[in-house]
Amino acid sequence: MNSTKRHKQRKVLLMGKSGAGKSSMRSIVFSNYVAKDVRRLGATIDVEHSNIKFMGNLMLNLWDCGGQDGFVDNYLTSQRTYVFGSVAVLIFVFDIESREFAADVVSYSNIIRALSENSPSAKVFCLIHKMDLVQSRLRAQLFEERAAYIKSASEGFAETVEFFATSIWDQSLYKAWTQIIYQLIPNAGAIESLLNELAEIIDARELILYERTTCLMVTHVTRVAETSNPFIDRFERISSILKTHKQSMARHTGIPAGSANFASLQIKTGRFMFFITRLTENTNLAASIPASEQVFNSARVNIMLVRPKFAELDIAAKTRPAIQQA
Amino acid sequence: TGRLPNSKSGDGKPRLLLMGQRRSGKSSISSVVFHKLAPSETLYLETTTHIKKESMHSFMDFQVWDFPGHLDYFDPIIDTENIFQEIGALIWVIDAQDEYLDAIQRLNTTILNLHHTYPTINVEVFVHKVDGLSDDYKSDTFRDISQRVQDELADHGYDNAPVSFYSTSIYDHSIFEAFSKVIQKLIPQLPALENLLNNLCQTCRVEKAYLFDIMSKIYIATDTSPTDIASYEVCSDYIDTVIDISEIYGWDRPAEDGSAELLETGNDDAESLVVFERKGSHYLYLREINKYLALVCIMNDEGPGEKKALLDYDVRRFQEGLKEMFPRTDRDVPPTEGAASGQPSG
Ligand SMILES: Nc1nc2c(ncn2[C@@H]2O[C@H](COP(=O)(O)OP(=O)(O)OP(=O)(O)O)[C@@H](O)[C@H]2O)c(=O)[nH]1
Ligand SMILES: Nc1nc2c(ncn2[C@@H]2O[C@H](COP(=O)(O)OP(=O)(O)O)[C@@H](O)[C@H]2O)c(=O)[nH]1
Ligand SMILES: [Mg+2]
Repeated sequence: MNSTKRHKQRKVLLMGKSGAGKSSMRSIVFSNYVAKDVRRLGATIDVEHSNIKFMGNLMLNLWDCGGQDGFVDNYLTSQRTYVFGSVAVLIFVFDIESREFAADVVSYSNIIRALSENSPSAKVFCLIHKMDLVQSRLRAQLFEERAAYIKSASEGFAETVEFFATSIWDQSLYKAWTQIIYQLIPNAGAIESLLNELAEIIDARELILYERTTCLMVTHVTRVAETSNPFIDRFERISSILKTHKQSMARHTGIPAGSANFASLQIKTGRFMFFITRLTENTNLAASIPASEQVFNSARVNIMLVRPKFAELDIAAKTRPAIQQA
Repeated sequence: TGRLPNSKSGDGKPRLLLMGQRRSGKSSISSVVFHKLAPSETLYLETTTHIKKESMHSFMDFQVWDFPGHLDYFDPIIDTENIFQEIGALIWVIDAQDEYLDAIQRLNTTILNLHHTYPTINVEVFVHKVDGLSDDYKSDTFRDISQRVQDELADHGYDNAPVSFYSTSIYDHSIFEAFSKVIQKLIPQLPALENLLNNLCQTCRVEKAYLFDIMSKIYIATDTSPTDIASYEVCSDYIDTVIDISEIYGWDRPAEDGSAELLETGNDDAESLVVFERKGSHYLYLREINKYLALVCIMNDEGPGEKKALLDYDVRRFQEGLKEMFPRTDRDVPPTEGAASGQPSG
């Protein structure tokens, strides 16, 4: 594992009862599934590992842990230190429709205990999932109740655990995953200050840096003109819009969704210009600027100029160019 | 604009009547197509108990009437004259996942009752909810239903009835495609529109061009080259992308320094270009034509950059041509009724 020292490997456990939706969300966020594709998934046997290269020197090492009782027993007994050792993040998925909520929480506490023994500094996220199955007017209250109950069973993590209401059918999934991943990016600060500089130079209203395959936002800069944008959930919305767009194009061109990507996109109206361009190996830049061709042209030139600086912060730059294929 | 074969008096707005058995999916269809309800949310729709009339104000005005499934349309207490006189199309929804013999029976009774008084009504049969069916079963069901309808009508001496069939589902684009075809029959200017689009395709080497109603994502015309659902889908999805992003960044911002806001006054039309990553592969171009309509083109060429100027020019000419054809779609014409104001209203 240490052969890839140049990357920060972060171990992420994805746990929860069988059928809770773990593999579904993993496939949507990381493997270009669309929501209705997940019906094809079978129950996960034992643990499925995946490594995901991410912007900013980050390599996610995701453990999708099959939730059937037999497997969970193994995690907690014979595989205890193997599974729970050196964990950076635990994501625990609760199915909102589960009829045995109390039992789910008991199982959660067992896992929390194993985690605090082996990785006390890990960060815990609880996703209360399949929220689409609850009528919208009841969602908020149900979520609060469940979160409070789970929090009280979180022992040493009670102060830091974070809750998200999610569904694969809307952008809530992106909101949760964006925040989870953000906490894992080791050089987020450096990326942000570079992005800030760029925004000043090109007079952008907003810049969003996002990872190309997942469309998850890495970070963003919002300047005065855009700070009162009424759509506070716009970042996860944009992730979700772009992901959908990518999938639609993949269907049309017959390119596998994983490799389908657009080279550029631009939208111009009387009120704004928005464009997307490739920034580094793993990232795209989305920019909202004033509706002016001049600003647009200068933005394009300036982005070209800063590209190498961003590339240094991205993962690929750390590998030797000689080994890289063009 | 579109005077319809059967319209006699009244407001001249073509009506789309949605009829069929209870739970066949009529309200779901109208909510998904005209109100952008997420298909999964239709599970919570309540049974329709009275005729629900909605006015759609778009490139042309029309009405959608959603009927309760149990209604006997020829019950003497119902004013059939009033229902059918302004009709544009009768859309009959059949649940393909359910027993459909009764539905066919009722459909045929309706057609036979109507065809003397209103011989030119378009009857559009939606073989609906096909998402749950295997491909084989789907085509068998479709064939069986259309066969039975035509045969029974013929048995009653009504040959070659003007009945069309579509297989539809709210979970994919098929319902929008079906509506597109239904609506196109109601547009008298269709041939002229197709001509305009053909010209555009020729001069700019556009592969496929669609003219969309933005709100519903029904296409009201396309060039006459062969249409496949895949190209309709990618164009329709592209409108979503542009609309969704425009919604986020097109908010009413306080005039900052005023500089940007003053550019191109009165031109809020969105324009967008997306280039696929692979060289020589497709790219898409979108241009809002007016408040209601957008043109979306698929092109297959290298270097869209150089061609964009030409395209912009030709699209402007297309826009002019269209304005002459649909004078009322001009953005300055205010809606004539309180009920009809850009948004569907109940
Ligand atoms: N309605 C709804 N269903 C969902 C959602 N997410 C997942 N599902 C469904 O939940 C079922 C189980 O999903 P999986 O992702 O395989 O469950 P899992 O947690 O990986 O299960 P194990 O691998 O056995 O632990 C599938 O039928 C999904 O379609 C959601 O947000 N809403
Ligand atoms: N699988 C599937 N279900 C659908 C489809 N369209 C509607 N439904 C479902 O059919 C049920 C009845 O729909 P509704 O619109 O209330 O029927 P109405 O009585 O004809 O108006 C609802 O539960 C819908 O979710 C479809 O295309 N596919
Ligand atoms: Mg699984």
